[in-house]
Amino acid sequence: MFWRVEVKEKDGFYDAAGEGVKKDISDLGLGNKVKDVHYAQVYLIEGDIDEIDAKKICEDLLIDPITQEYSYKGPAFNEKIYKTVEVAYNPGVMDPVEDSAKKAIHDLGIKGIRAVKTAKKYLIQGSLSYTDIHSIAEKILYNKVIQHVVSGRSEIHPDIPPYEFELRTVDILTASDDKLKKIAKNGQLFLSLEEMRQIKKYFKILKRDPTDCELETIAQTWSEHCKHKTFRGKIEYREGVGKKIKINNLLKSTIMKVTKELNKPWCVSVFHDNSGIIRFDEKYDICFKVETHNHPSALEPYGGAGTGIGGVIRDPLGTGLGAKPIINTDVFCFGYPDYPYNKLPKGALHPKRIMKGVVAGVRDYGNRMGIPTSNGAVLFDENFVGNPLVFCGNVGIMPKGKSFKKVNKGDLVVVVGGRTGRDGIHGATFSSGELTHETHEGSGSAVQIGNPIQEKKVTDTILQARDRGLYNAITDCGAGGLSSAVGEMAESLGAEVHLDKVPLKYKGLRYDEIWISEAQERMVLAVSPEKIDELINVFDRENVEATVIGKFTGGKKLKLFYGGNLVCDVEMKFIHDGLPEVTRVAKWRRPKFKEPKINNNKNLTGDLLSLMSNLNIASKEWIIRQYDHEVQGGSVLKPLQGIGSGGPGDASITRPILDSNKGIILSCGINPDFGKIDPYWMAAGVIDEALRQIVAVGGDIAKTAILDNFCWGNTNKPDRLGGLVRASWGCYDIAKAYGVPFISGKDSLNNEYSTGKKTISIPPTLLISAISVMDDISKAVSMDAKTAGNFIYIIGITRNELGGSQYYKMKGFTGNSVPQVDPVYGKKLMNALTGAIKKGLIHSCHDCSEGGVAVALAEMAFAGGLGMSAHLGAFTPPKQQKALPDGILLFSESNTRFIAEVKDELKFIKAMSGLPVWKLGYLRRDKTFRIFGADEKLMIDTDIDALKEAWQKPFSKL
Amino acid sequence: MGKAKVIILRTAGTNCDKETSFAFERAGAATELIHVNELSRMEKKFDDYTILAIPGGFSYGDDIASGKILANELKFRLDEGLRKFIDDGKLIIGICNGFQILVKAGLLPDLAGDYQTIEATLTLNDSNKFEDRWVYLKNSRAKCVWTNAIDKIMQLPVAHGEGKFIPKNKAVLEQLKKKGLIVFEYVNEFGRSAGYPDNPNGSVENIAGICNTTGRIFGLMPHPERHINFYQNPRWTRDRKAKNGEGDGLAIFRNGVNFAKKYL
Repeated sequence: MFWRVEVKEKDGFYDAAGEGVKKDISDLGLGNKVKDVHYAQVYLIEGDIDEIDAKKICEDLLIDPITQEYSYKGPAFNEKIYKTVEVAYNPGVMDPVEDSAKKAIHDLGIKGIRAVKTAKKYLIQGSLSYTDIHSIAEKILYNKVIQHVVSGRSEIHPDIPPYEFELRTVDILTASDDKLKKIAKNGQLFLSLEEMRQIKKYFKILKRDPTDCELETIAQTWSEHCKHKTFRGKIEYREGVGKKIKINNLLKSTIMKVTKELNKPWCVSVFHDNSGIIRFDEKYDICFKVETHNHPSALEPYGGAGTGIGGVIRDPLGTGLGAKPIINTDVFCFGYPDYPYNKLPKGALHPKRIMKGVVAGVRDYGNRMGIPTSNGAVLFDENFVGNPLVFCGNVGIMPKGKSFKKVNKGDLVVVVGGRTGRDGIHGATFSSGELTHETHEGSGSAVQIGNPIQEKKVTDTILQARDRGLYNAITDCGAGGLSSAVGEMAESLGAEVHLDKVPLKYKGLRYDEIWISEAQERMVLAVSPEKIDELINVFDRENVEATVIGKFTGGKKLKLFYGGNLVCDVEMKFIHDGLPEVTRVAKWRRPKFKEPKINNNKNLTGDLLSLMSNLNIASKEWIIRQYDHEVQGGSVLKPLQGIGSGGPGDASITRPILDSNKGIILSCGINPDFGKIDPYWMAAGVIDEALRQIVAVGGDIAKTAILDNFCWGNTNKPDRLGGLVRASWGCYDIAKAYGVPFISGKDSLNNEYSTGKKTISIPPTLLISAISVMDDISKAVSMDAKTAGNFIYIIGITRNELGGSQYYKMKGFTGNSVPQVDPVYGKKLMNALTGAIKKGLIHSCHDCSEGGVAVALAEMAFAGGLGMSAHLGAFTPPKQQKALPDGILLFSESNTRFIAEVKDELKFIKAMSGLPVWKLGYLRRDKTFRIFGADEKLMIDTDIDALKEAWQKPFSKL
Repeated sequence: MGKAKVIILRTAGTNCDKETSFAFERAGAATELIHVNELSRMEKKFDDYTILAIPGGFSYGDDIASGKILANELKFRLDEGLRKFIDDGKLIIGICNGFQILVKAGLLPDLAGDYQTIEATLTLNDSNKFEDRWVYLKNSRAKCVWTNAIDKIMQLPVAHGEGKFIPKNKAVLEQLKKKGLIVFEYVNEFGRSAGYPDNPNGSVENIAGICNTTGRIFGLMPHPERHINFYQNPRWTRDRKAKNGEGDGLAIFRNGVNFAKKYL
């Protein structure tokens, strides 16, 4: 029997889904045409059950008897007055509710269920035309990558016919260059002609054509995503008309060089595992990884972002012998949410939809995994339209001694967790190319569908197996799927895998699809044969599948079989080292932006209030609160601080071991506006920013490690690559001087959106994520002002550096005077401040970044519910510097600066001796917020309520 | 007198189990993290424990409705052992998702006394989204063993999307009041009833937690296990004097554990 059930809210109960859609429709500008929107949840149940069973399922499972009602004989609503849109998943896309619904029906004592599917039905009342409905459906209700609008009624999709094996080879031995290019393009391999030629050469020696599977394996392994060939390849760099500079392996000669030269004893494992590991205490190590998931999020924001966080969680889980994931981070860059629909590039989703989807995707995955999201940032720029950036990070903790793995000859290859489906095919290669308006049509299967509860189950059981010593090595199935995971683990030994043994979500997958599918929530283990039964039992007890699919042979070859047929037989050496070396050309010429004239003599209250409401500065509370930042109980310094938890914290502090006072500080630095002017100084600035946030809460840069995530435009274009070289040099110079090692990193190149005629490149963007071990969390300092009468000091020099500032951006300019960094002085200053905080001399501390001194002062004041009086006249310019106008002192974004609340001035000044500090003013009992100019003229005159309201307003309506 | 033995119930999607266990241990109990499969396979028996704690999380992904699937599992598959556990006067606490589970299984408030009639629900927040924020709670002087002698305004965090408490009808609400089953109400910092965000989800009558008529089964949306220690309170950097003090939530666990030790 087939039952179709519709569930709706009873009259008088809030129809949240309907109301949400109504709001979204009104955001589209169609609000006046819509009277009402309702929602019905549709369940399609197939099995040998009678009406009594069906009613029981409805009443005891599918509805909430207090608030909902159901109908299994036709629609739940009287549909005459509505236009209806029913949205269902595409065939082959996993329905996230199916498994748990089946289990729950079984718990009711009802057997014989074959399938449960869901659909969403929207009922819209109003004067909408067919075109309006079509546009609403496309913009709000469904995403064609994974869903479709049902014409007529949803059905459970008929069984997919079983796959019949047929070995497919690709004819390359006789292929011309043109043909080779075509093979690469049509197969979505994203391989260059040189690379295709190299493959041809290899197979010529073997005297045969490659199978599709072999070609795919090579393409996955050689993809930019997996191999980082730009960063690791040869580059010829030239600045203007200057001399050519030859670079061999940019990564090794900059980022990794810092770590090597600093040689910190607490760096346990860097740059070779799935995340970087540092020592936490005598018993534990911690690891940290940040990834991007930009292209999937551009296509399907909810699923793309969700699997972004899901994927990065598996990195610590797959590091060493497995770390427990304990903290998430997230950093997003979007186009402006009020971007005009008519300007939107063809095929791109609207930035507001991307933002809402990304936020929800990360929320639902992270929250369901039970991992606190403690740190992040959100930035806006019009060049992120079409190509948003979604950075997701995860910190893990593992017992000391579990930080290394080793695959042994004869170990079994075991795949654990979710089943393999057609989702996420070509993710690694697809993410290595640029997005176009056609990508939305063609790469649907590149989007992965996440199931966080599956990943939670996998995590729970893997940690049990780890603690019982049941496996020798582990890695995650990420980009490239089994192909990458097994390929990596078998690099030195070789492996054979029987693809027909891999558990599938549904029938019909070809052997090569099984091999490269990026279906989520899977891990690969290397297990000694004598431990396999015990291992499988650990997983089985908690309903997780673990399946032996092959073994690590020692034959140094990758051999894949399907039903006994050999479908891949290549040497590991060629897969990993066969990539041809290419020299890429990089050019750099500093762009010239228009320099604005700023009137510094007028009252700046209005400017400050506008700046507080600028999206890059305004409160992100709307997002922060949707993320559980306290689960696991370790949160010590939260993202929102002060009175009513209404102030933006600098860095977060987490205590991973609940009965120890040792903590982990996390922070991030990112500034694409600096990147537009000069990526070198952007890199310098964001390293400085990440470090000063660590210091502002009481951390120590000597115990800090950093991660790099480069997101760039198409680096095959020399100007983009030139910027990348400069940013890498910035990383080396500044991190080395600060004495802070990189422990892990990742690059995402080709972040451009092309509509054929026009290409939008993202601004060069480097995210620096910092992690620091804090010995005693009780010494931590928050950013909210504490006590009226206490003094406010500025620490660090303000320069005429408004280039790339939010102040200029608000006025419609970029400018040229990008802030620079002097790390020698910066290090001294930060170390002195760390000392002062340890001594308890600082009552609140906030770093100066976007919006400069003025914004930092305002945030501290309203976060503490205290007014403030400040005098810019207190600044005496350092030697060889002219006195600066008030507007520059207030809004310049010079690096290495802090605002500190001080009570004992003598002790503070002594602790900071020899360093530039100025007393700006004091905290007031009332709410007045006043800043006087250098000539004592009142430049800013407002109160903290107005400032806080301006700061909270922009996102409060979302 | 031995330690109170606590089941910390786990299943797919449970995620506050470790810190709930930590809180009970701090309160002097011996805890075991037990997967629901171990109970249904009879490898572990309710009988061997005196307290059942259902921690927060997203059991089975909150698919279909929050807490529903585990609620049904308790109701239809583990009912025998669980009924005896309750009949023996043993204690149950459900936190966040655990509260949703108890309500949706018909174990709270259970005015009918049949361990199965659903008399209330926890549904989508008025704000229409998941929110993590700290709230103030007033003990409404219910006869609940878990909150006995707690008289100050408590500070605990909530973190949920579906925490709006709705009783089935007026009669149920009246009974809850009359029988003193409302344990915690959301208030402002001065202890008075206030709107959003002090009442973070729009719960009827600001209800944050309720107990059954014996006062031994208790469920609440806020997370007491996240305020065991001073440093978990978001305001600790504003008031350092209370250093090394304990968090408000610990008293709840201590009450339960002490009661179990004394009487069970």
